[in-house]
Formats: sequence, structure tokens, C-alpha cells
Amino acid sequence: MNITRLFTTHRKLLLMGFLILLIAFVLTFPLYGGARTRVLITMLVYAILAMSWAMFSGTTGYMSLAPAAFFGTGIYTTYLLQNHLPLPIIIVAAGLISFVLAVLLGLVTLRLKGIYFTIFTFGLVVFIPNVVTYVEGEVTQHHGWYFNVLDRTIILYTMLGLAVVTVLAIYLIRRSRLGLAMQSIGGNEEAAEHMGIDTTRTKVLTFAISAIFMGAAGAVLAPSLSYSNPTIAYSAFYSFVPIVAAVFGGMGSLQGPIVGGLLFGFLEKTLKVEWNTYFMLGFGIIIVLVILFLPTGMVGLVPILRDKLGGAISKWRKGREGEQHANT
Amino acid sequence: MRILEGQGVTKYFGGLAAISNVDFHVDQGEILGLIGPNGAGKTTLFNLISAALPASSGGMRFKGQKISGLKPHRICQMGIARTFQETKVFGNMPVIQNVLVGAFFGKPTHISGAAAANEATQALEFVGLSATSAAPIKDLTLAQQKRVEVARALATKPELLLLDELMAGLTPTEVGEAMELVTRIRDKGITIIMVEHVMKAIMGISTRVMVLHHGEKIAEGTCNEISCNKTVIDIYLGEETHAAS
Ligand SMILES: Nc1ncnc2c1ncn2[C@@H]1O[C@H](COP(=O)(O)OP(=O)(O)O)[C@@H](O)[C@H]1O
Ligand SMILES: [Mg+2]
Repeated sequence: MNITRLFTTHRKLLLMGFLILLIAFVLTFPLYGGARTRVLITMLVYAILAMSWAMFSGTTGYMSLAPAAFFGTGIYTTYLLQNHLPLPIIIVAAGLISFVLAVLLGLVTLRLKGIYFTIFTFGLVVFIPNVVTYVEGEVTQHHGWYFNVLDRTIILYTMLGLAVVTVLAIYLIRRSRLGLAMQSIGGNEEAAEHMGIDTTRTKVLTFAISAIFMGAAGAVLAPSLSYSNPTIAYSAFYSFVPIVAAVFGGMGSLQGPIVGGLLFGFLEKTLKVEWNTYFMLGFGIIIVLVILFLPTGMVGLVPILRDKLGGAISKWRKGREGEQHANT
Repeated sequence: MRILEGQGVTKYFGGLAAISNVDFHVDQGEILGLIGPNGAGKTTLFNLISAALPASSGGMRFKGQKISGLKPHRICQMGIARTFQETKVFGNMPVIQNVLVGAFFGKPTHISGAAAANEATQALEFVGLSATSAAPIKDLTLAQQKRVEVARALATKPELLLLDELMAGLTPTEVGEAMELVTRIRDKGITIIMVEHVMKAIMGISTRVMVLHHGEKIAEGTCNEISCNKTVIDIYLGEETHAAS
């Protein structure tokens, strides 16, 4: 049996094994050293952002730069509620608030097409923190947000739980009627409308669902930040991370953005500290190469490697068989 | 019975009247041929019926019900399906899934996955493309993609089907096959409005013909009546002959 066959027949099993290994690795991670927990949390945050971004933008083709708006709102929600409610409820609240915010924004912005939609969503990322700053200045007269300290390990496990929920939700949505509707909008929006799809409803709903996970991720992350403020929490960086990660990993599939997010988070946290400029430069070059040569992202490497490896192995086996024949 | 009726239908693009005060009707079960030179407003009329564009004025009724102001997806669910002059397929899906979209969303009631898959398979078989079911749609020829659009529209279970230049760019053999397909659709009980430049097809299968010119309806009647109408021959058939020679 060659490698290619092994992959196709036991795909589910291999995937399960990989997932179990990954989870076991994450669960035991604190044992290897506490400082690494921060790296893992970042990796999971980026994976969640990339997955939820790709679910909407990758499928419909509407390039959203809004993630930071929802992520920041999640952080802000934790700040506002931390002394009043337990974390699990805050996370749900952050998801709901982001959902409602996304519905309102979606109704305004999703009438716009192409680059106009993208620019408008980016405008929101600039606009919302300014509103928050203004309101804070007028109402509370506080500057900056301080968070109640929470054990990093707890945050890590909570983030892992959120990541699993996100994967499951997106997996189910991709296979549902809603997923098909989204995909047909990405294929040809005009035709989709004439096939009976309420495109506005579909777009607003899926945009808002993707915002739930982004907001929740912000809420979970917040207690690990000792300090934040509107400018930091709503940093445009969080809008670019998911795009870069999803394009890097491959946004057509479910696993692409996960791989991209984890990898980007890992590289950023480990390499950037020492080699900031080189990291960004190197990463930029890799992204360009991926876009040029691997249109389906890094996960596109898997079938290529599989075929190459499978081919090499069967060649090697044939060679050995030939040798054996020669010997007899 | 009149399945579709329009009164004073008008569409302006800026100062240009693409459709100008047109009264028209379609009888249940007929094939209405819609002809006229390029830029006459045929596609625009389809866009108004299917609600791709709002009319500037005038009203339309489908089975006696007002349809002006509705959204395209509602029009589809009410029973009016269409194809496009410039094909608009879902390029990111295989052929069968293109048709599946129509089966899933094209009706006002909810439909199960199995039933939708079944309907999509049948619709694809009806247009003779079962063999290409799993292929990426981009791998199909233009003529085949147009047939997928027909299958996709049929999967929505329409009562009225708008076909916009289904036969443009086809070889004479393919035109014959397309004519046969349109007749079979009509035989299923589906009313058809068909925009065509291929006069052989118009003369061959349409019950009635309506002629547009500069956005105005200049003639209407059976094929024989129209061929005898001097204005039409001058404006339309005359132009065809010039173009052909
Ligand atoms: N969306 C649009 N915006 C502006 N002008 C348009 C639009 N659609 C069609 N037109 C104009 O309306 C006229 C009729 O076009 P059309 O309905 O496509 O003609 P036909 O289908 O009969 O060839 C043409 O002059 C065309 O340029
Ligand atoms: Mg036209």
C-alpha cells in the first residue's frame, strides 16, 4: 500500500489522530513552561479570527476589514462587565453584542460592492474606537482599561474551547443551506438572487455569525492583558491578521485558515521578538510566494507533497523489487 | 389565460428610454418570441420582469398578482425563472451543485436535501448533461453552460421561463437541439418568453412574436402576421439580411 492510498482511505482516522495529538499537546503545554502559554493563546486567537474571517469573506468574496471592530468590542465587553458577571457569561455577551453590532453594520455596508465594502469596513475600525474614547471621556472620565488578573492556563483552555466551538460551528455552516447560499453569492451574486436566495439576509446573517467568534475571542483574551485602551484593543492589526493568516494557510478550506492562524501566531510571537524587521520582511516574501505559487494556500502543499512522497516511495519499492528479482 | 401582463412599462437609463411605455402580455402555455435589433431593450425587459432592475414606471401582474417592487428572489419563488444573455454560472462549484442551488432555494417552501438532490439530477438529465454532473462548470463549453443555466432555472420549478439568447453562437445542429429542448420545456406546461436572433428558431417554435425597437413595441402577432408586417421586415429582418450579406 502506498502513501497516497493510505491518505485517501484513512483520511478521517488520520485527521482524528492529528486533532487528538494537537489537543493533547495543548493540554500538556503548561507543563513545558509557563511563558509559552502566551504564545499558544495568541496562536489560538489568530486561528479563530482567520477561520471566522474566511467563513464569510473567503466564501462570499466580500473582503471585510472589520474583524478588529468585533475583536476590540469583545475586549471592551470584558472590561465593562468583569466586576459584575462571571467570564463564561461575559464571553456569550461579547458574542451577542458583536452579532448585533455586525447586523447593524451589515445592513449599512453590505449594499456596497467590492472595494467600497472593504474600505467602509475599515472605516468602522477607525470610527468605533473613537466613539468609545469619546463616550468614555464624557461618561466615565477614566482613561485606559485595567483587567482583573486571571490564571493564563485558564485563559488558554477557555480559548481552546472557543476554538473548538468555532471549528464545529463553521464546519456545520459550510455543509448547511446557508453555506450553499454563501457559496453561490461568491460564485455569482446576481445569479444567486435570481435563484431565490435572499442575498442581503444571507450576507448580513453570515457576517454577523462570523462576528460572534471574533468578539468572543476578544473577551477571552482580555484578562490576559494587564492593560488596554480603545486604540490598542481596536488596533487595525487585528483586521489584517486574519486576512494574512487565511491567505497564507488557504482560505478555500476549513483547515487552511486554522493552519495559517496557528502558524502566523507562532512565528510572530517567537521570531518577532528577536528579529522584528526581518520577520515582517521574511513573512511578506513568503506570503507573496504563497499567493503566486500556491493559490490554495499552504494547505495546498499537502496533496503536492503527498503525490511527490507517494511517487518517491513507490519508485523506491519498485527499485527494491527489481533488485530482489535480479538476486533470485 | 394571461400568465403575465405589463402596462405602460418604462425604463430610463439617464435620458435614454430603454423600454418605453410597453403594454404586453404572455398567455399561459405559449412560447412568446421577443425580437428586435441589438439595443432594442429585450434584455432590459427581462431585467424588469425578474426585478434585476426597478421599472421607472408602469406595472406588471403575474397570475393576477402585482409583482412590481418585489425583490428578485421573491420573483423566482413566485414562479418566474430566467437565464442570462451573458452566462452567469456559479464558477466555484461543480455542474450539479449549480443546479442544486436552484432546487434548494427556488421555491417558497422548504425542501429536504435528498429531494433537492433528486430534483437537480432530474433537471440536469432533462437538458442532457447528466454525464458532466461532477465536472467543474468552467470545464464546460459555452453552449453547455447555457444548458446548465436552463437546468438551474427548471430546478426552481417555474411556471414562466425567460430565455435570453439561448441559441446565440450555436452551430446549426446545436440550434436544432436547443429548439427541441425549448419545445420539451413548453410541453411540460411551462410558459416561455424567448429572446432570439436566430430567425429560424423564432419562426419554427414560437406561438407568437413581439417586436421591440428603440424600447418601443412596434409589432406583435403570430409568426405569419409578423413576417408580413412591412415595418418589421424593414427594421429587423432587413437588417439581418444586410448583416448576413
Ligand atoms: N444597466 C444599464 N445601464 C445603462 N444602460 C443600459 C443598461 N442596460 C441596458 N442599457 C442600455 O439600454 C439599451 C437596451 O439594452 P438591452 O436591453 O441590453 O438591449 P437588447 O437586449 O435588446 O440588445 C441599450 O442602449 C443599452 O446600452
Ligand atoms: Mg440582450
